[in-house]
Amino acid sequence: MSTPAEPTADPTVDTATDARAIGVLTRSPWRQPLAVIGIVVIVGWLLVAVLAPMIAPADPLAQTFGKLSPPSAEHPFGTDNLNRDVLSRVLHGARISIPLAMLLVVLSAVVGAIMGGIAGYFGGWVDAAIMRVTDLVFAFPAIILAMAVSAALGPGLSNAVLALTIVLWPGYARVIRGLVLSAGQQEYVQASRLLGSSALRTLTVELGPSVAGPVLVLVALDVGNAILLLSGLSFLGLGAQPPAAEWGAMVSAGTAVFDSWWVGLFPGLAILTVVLGFNFLGDTIRDALDPRTARAIRS
Amino acid sequence: MSELELRGVEVTYRRDGRAVRAVDGVDLSVAPGEVVGLVGESGCGKSSLARAAVGLLAPSAGEVLLDGHAVAPLRRRARPAAQRRLQLVFQDPYSSLNPRRRVGRQLSDAVRLATGTTAGSARVAELLELVGLDPAMAQRYPHELSGGQRQRIAVARALAAEPVQLVADEPISALDASAQAQVADLFVTLARKLGIGVLFISHDLAIVREIADRIAVMYLGRVVEIGPTAQVWDRPRHPYTAALTAAVPRADGAGTLPQDLPGDVPDPAAPPSGCHFHPRCPLAIDDCSTRDPRLLDLTPDHAAACILLEDEPAVPGR
Repeated sequence: MSTPAEPTADPTVDTATDARAIGVLTRSPWRQPLAVIGIVVIVGWLLVAVLAPMIAPADPLAQTFGKLSPPSAEHPFGTDNLNRDVLSRVLHGARISIPLAMLLVVLSAVVGAIMGGIAGYFGGWVDAAIMRVTDLVFAFPAIILAMAVSAALGPGLSNAVLALTIVLWPGYARVIRGLVLSAGQQEYVQASRLLGSSALRTLTVELGPSVAGPVLVLVALDVGNAILLLSGLSFLGLGAQPPAAEWGAMVSAGTAVFDSWWVGLFPGLAILTVVLGFNFLGDTIRDALDPRTARAIRS
Repeated sequence: MSELELRGVEVTYRRDGRAVRAVDGVDLSVAPGEVVGLVGESGCGKSSLARAAVGLLAPSAGEVLLDGHAVAPLRRRARPAAQRRLQLVFQDPYSSLNPRRRVGRQLSDAVRLATGTTAGSARVAELLELVGLDPAMAQRYPHELSGGQRQRIAVARALAAEPVQLVADEPISALDASAQAQVADLFVTLARKLGIGVLFISHDLAIVREIADRIAVMYLGRVVEIGPTAQVWDRPRHPYTAALTAAVPRADGAGTLPQDLPGDVPDPAAPPSGCHFHPRCPLAIDDCSTRDPRLLDLTPDHAAACILLEDEPAVPGR
């Protein structure tokens, strides 16, 4: 046709979704109080994580501040049973929990993408085998399975991350498999296959972008969950080992000295705010990507 | 050579334990440079046939040959290089182009995938010009283009594979009227200029009449009549073809409604006995519900499947 191109507003084209995703990250969050709170909290904690050595009043491992002194001007969050400054430990805790939770979620998403992509694309017995493995993992409560695996691997933060990856990847595999199945029916995918596109290229180049959006939402929503699980393992003594300043382990220590409420309360509040921040952000992105709610956000 | 040949192709879908035979033993060939029009009502198996012809569907019986070599149904592996010269143009240009990639990128990808050579912008421009588009279109995204432009891009992408045969599955039915004629003409041009065989599937008899060298008429999974366009059009031998051609609107307003064609296409899951067409056929006799008509050669290149024709003197040599 020689007629000039007219930009078509086609609701079936995914570019609209892309535009929404970009929009939500630039413009529309500011019309949503929860999104603003989420972003502010996360950015705040990320800054704390980066700047902890500079802003923390003391060395988180130094045991020279008196035993279990309540919050005071000198130690705003008090000190713990090993004479350490709780505020410094909470601030340094951000350097452990947040990056590890992100790493954990990214690892799970990558493993899930590989497994889910293979299952959805190849189908047949490959699909059945992978899906049965995910069923197996789903059959256990996440924290129980994570405990079992990390106990088998031995306590420690890296083993905890590994154990939680084993627990979390099937969720991603399921979602990505479904996305690959539906996007694989798109005619442009079939056209590329007729041109000789290999399985790897079809999955990454043609299908990857359609899968990435929803998975991003899942990742954002899952970081909070990952922090909880990681702290949970540390609380149970399977994750971070003393004397590391990890929030879950600190809450755990706090339970031993329950009368000194400040020992457990402040790291607990840290977990609470970070998890809430990531959940708010994830919810916002999800709502923005969902055409049914996107309009409400933008108007 | 480079002929596309379908031999006894059957496509069967299974659902809830029931088998639906969407394509029921179709023999068809397309010579290089020839445009074969395949017409039929919705649900008669045209699209299933198209998909089976390029290997997107595995036929439940029969085979598809390109250049005398079997076209293997597409499975997990990448398509063998030789078969990449058989390409499909999809019906809906809104879903057959990747919405996230620029047109030029999709075309150069297609060249690289299908031929293994790197496509410079010159080759992309050449492809765009081949389908009558401005080479500057390479910078656009599909959503910036009209339906007709998109379908041309889809054709250009198929051409990137340097095809010897193109199957076009209702390539114009999603387009507006002016774009329909232009895209249809494009296929004729490609057949004549590049010697590509084109299997042009459509339910629009008027367009097919304009562009096809031969017409095949399909009813409920079977080809009921096939022959040179002029013969099939002017002297249809199968009552279904006659009803279809009578139903085509004419510019003088004299087109008639298909009075001879009561009812809808029957459920392919439970096709009528004997001749599939007999419940709707104005000429049906008792025999039609019991006997299965074979495609009968009326002249060397014109065949129809109707038992009323079997009484006529057969063509010498048959």
